[in-house]
Amino acid sequence: MSQEHTLNPEVFPDEPEKATLEGKNKFLGFWFFLGGETVLFACLFGTYLALQGSTVGENTAENLFGLELVFIMTMLLLTSSLTSVYAMYHMKNNDFAKMQVWLGITVVLGLAFLGLEIYEFYHYITHYDFTFRSSAFGSAFYTLVGFHGGHVLFGLLWIITLMARNAKRGLNLYNAPKFYIASLYWHFIDVVWVFIFTVVYLMGKVG
Amino acid sequence: MSTTIAQKRGIGSMLWDYLTTVDHKKIAVLYLLGGGFFFIIGGLEALAIRIQLIKPANDFVSAGFYNELLTMHGTTMIFLAAMPLVFALMNAVVPLQIGARDVAFPFLNSLGFWLFLFGGLLLNASWFLGGAPDAGWTAYAPLSTTSPGHGVDFYVLGLQISGAGTLIAGINFLVTIVNMRAPGMTYMRMPLFTWTTFIVSALILFAFPALTVGLFLLMFDRLFGSGFFDASMGGNSVIWEHLFWIFGHPEVYILILPAFGVFSEILPTFSRKRLFGYTAMVFATVLIGFLGFMVWAHHMFTVGLGPAANSIFAIATMAIAVPTGIKIFNWLFTMWGGSIRINSAMLWTLGFIPSFTIGGMTGVMVAAAPADYQYHDSYFIVAHFHYVIVGGVVFGIFAGLHYWWPKMFGKILDETLGKITFWTFFIGFHLTFFIQHFLGLMGMPRRYWTYGADQQLELGNVISTIGAFFMAIGAIVFIYNVIITTAKGEMVSGDPWDGRTLEWATPNPTPHYNFAQTPLVRGLDPLWIEKTEGRKGMTPAEPLGDIHMPNPSILPFIMSLGLFIAGFGFIYQIDDPRWLIVAIVGMGILLGAMFIRSVKDDHGHHIHKEDLEKGAGL
Repeated sequence: MSQEHTLNPEVFPDEPEKATLEGKNKFLGFWFFLGGETVLFACLFGTYLALQGSTVGENTAENLFGLELVFIMTMLLLTSSLTSVYAMYHMKNNDFAKMQVWLGITVVLGLAFLGLEIYEFYHYITHYDFTFRSSAFGSAFYTLVGFHGGHVLFGLLWIITLMARNAKRGLNLYNAPKFYIASLYWHFIDVVWVFIFTVVYLMGKVG
Repeated sequence: MSTTIAQKRGIGSMLWDYLTTVDHKKIAVLYLLGGGFFFIIGGLEALAIRIQLIKPANDFVSAGFYNELLTMHGTTMIFLAAMPLVFALMNAVVPLQIGARDVAFPFLNSLGFWLFLFGGLLLNASWFLGGAPDAGWTAYAPLSTTSPGHGVDFYVLGLQISGAGTLIAGINFLVTIVNMRAPGMTYMRMPLFTWTTFIVSALILFAFPALTVGLFLLMFDRLFGSGFFDASMGGNSVIWEHLFWIFGHPEVYILILPAFGVFSEILPTFSRKRLFGYTAMVFATVLIGFLGFMVWAHHMFTVGLGPAANSIFAIATMAIAVPTGIKIFNWLFTMWGGSIRINSAMLWTLGFIPSFTIGGMTGVMVAAAPADYQYHDSYFIVAHFHYVIVGGVVFGIFAGLHYWWPKMFGKILDETLGKITFWTFFIGFHLTFFIQHFLGLMGMPRRYWTYGADQQLELGNVISTIGAFFMAIGAIVFIYNVIITTAKGEMVSGDPWDGRTLEWATPNPTPHYNFAQTPLVRGLDPLWIEKTEGRKGMTPAEPLGDIHMPNPSILPFIMSLGLFIAGFGFIYQIDDPRWLIVAIVGMGILLGAMFIRSVKDDHGHHIHKEDLEKGAGL
């Protein structure tokens, strides 16, 4: 019974994600994890930059990429980051229903981004015959952007699972940290995309 | 009471207990068993290498098999023996040293162990499935990308899985040390072993992802037709070297810093003095960890990065000698004027100081880029890194095991056998590796399976092989010591060495919640402070109350098993796409277990105050 009481206090604390020791541990541990993820993506970016020019043929970054599509994708993902901030705002106010709505919008935007990315890859493969196996540039491009896409997919499954699991019982101090770190993950994905947009697409078109 | 319970429990329930345990003390035992197992395998591989080299043009093993032996010896010793044995000590000691009841993520702690074990098993399964990896532990492309058979595929998948476990363990220790310290345990009151664990965990966090990426790229090249390291597709094999060493150099500090921590615990205890220069020791540890990321290209001096890059990396490398020197002198000054007791743990420590110093000095020699063109890929390098890895890490593990054995298992290892182990191993170690410096300077290259009779390399190699057998005898005596002590040793008190740090404040055996009341830490060497003020134990920081503990779980085992199965699928799908089904099933098991973990609430359980008073959980 005391457990029930600690996890469902009468007054919801200001930072529900850090109100329990488990929550504090999750919060800090996840920040550390994101530090490791940063190194992971840094290595992928380094590899991509080293192999950017190794195109073996006409399928260069400049010939392939279209900034219109990528701009729409960027807007979708940036907006989804904003909506996840709204969701966390409502979580801190203990407004479960509104949090679910904003998380739902986040998921829809993420799905749209993922759909466009799949379309983009499909387009390169069918129209340009530009694949993972075409050249070292192809390998590096699909690996870097694909790793990011894989993170988006995992993040979506994660948020959907959390929303479904807690739909009936609402917020408490046990699941608040879970929602919070899922949103941290989502922000991280967004930040990585900003770098992909700059390094892969913008520099690919200009450089 | 606890022994009768243990006798009543069957083997089955004991096995289930260890499969599902989230208790850091039991996970330490698992790491010790797993690491010890792979240490024996790696040692047998070393003996086979030395037998092959005992005379010129020997044919004890074939050239191809020799390549597999040396690859697996290096890979096994680094990833599957040294690291888990270090993790065994960390798990056994660090939560106790900071006055915590468990680690921050007990579930992940268990997952880290099982990932390591299944990764190691997958790697070693290659012996029975068409041949082990044969491209060296560094697996340089394009040798590794073009190596026939599936050996290197097992290397890639096995290390990927066990590396994930290591990363998880690193994050776990970081959070444990930041969040779980007892009241009063400030950063500058933490014992040195906790400090080194902390820094090492940070190194793991920032170094292992580079290996993860490198292994992914190698896997994609070998199994999915990409061209990262394939020059004909525009790839660049030097990328692998960079990624490998960006991980690989911090890795050697990941191994040696915990050993430094072990010695920094043993010396104050057996000199009955506080550690000399505690602040400088902490500073040196942090500095070594930081500089460890700045020096990876000293493994690549001969690649042709140019004089500017080589100079920068050479100077950064030599700079590491400064904090390391600080440590050596602080250890010596800790003993200065102390009332010194020499036992097995101290012998390993005393043996370490000169041995490691030799390895450090050859390290500065090879750090000089122009000179390194002479040493590169010769036995001089082999001698250098065995002096630091064996003379540092292995001595540290032996010292730590002797020191903390009574804390882990309640009994003191036999001193006579311990001394026999030390002297045979110590003499054998110097016999094996000292002469290899000269073999290298005489021109004997690394990794060659044999040498000619006219090269005057025979005497040195004979001496080296004899030394290896001395080391093997030492290791066998140690295992015998463990068996004898377990069977016949007597239980000792919780503080057999008259210790200074918090781990010695728990009774023997340590209850699974470690501390009935969280201790109040009032300074460096907290237990010693209480002792000098005439108290027998720690002053509690809280009244006796209910204790919250995590629940055991089989899911970490199932997740790791899923990845293990998926590993085979990924390796063999290149022969037959139907193996992809195996990969999907394995990944399905992993993701399914993750899903269950996510949706099933796990609140842990409480040990009630009334039961604590009755002695429950002992």
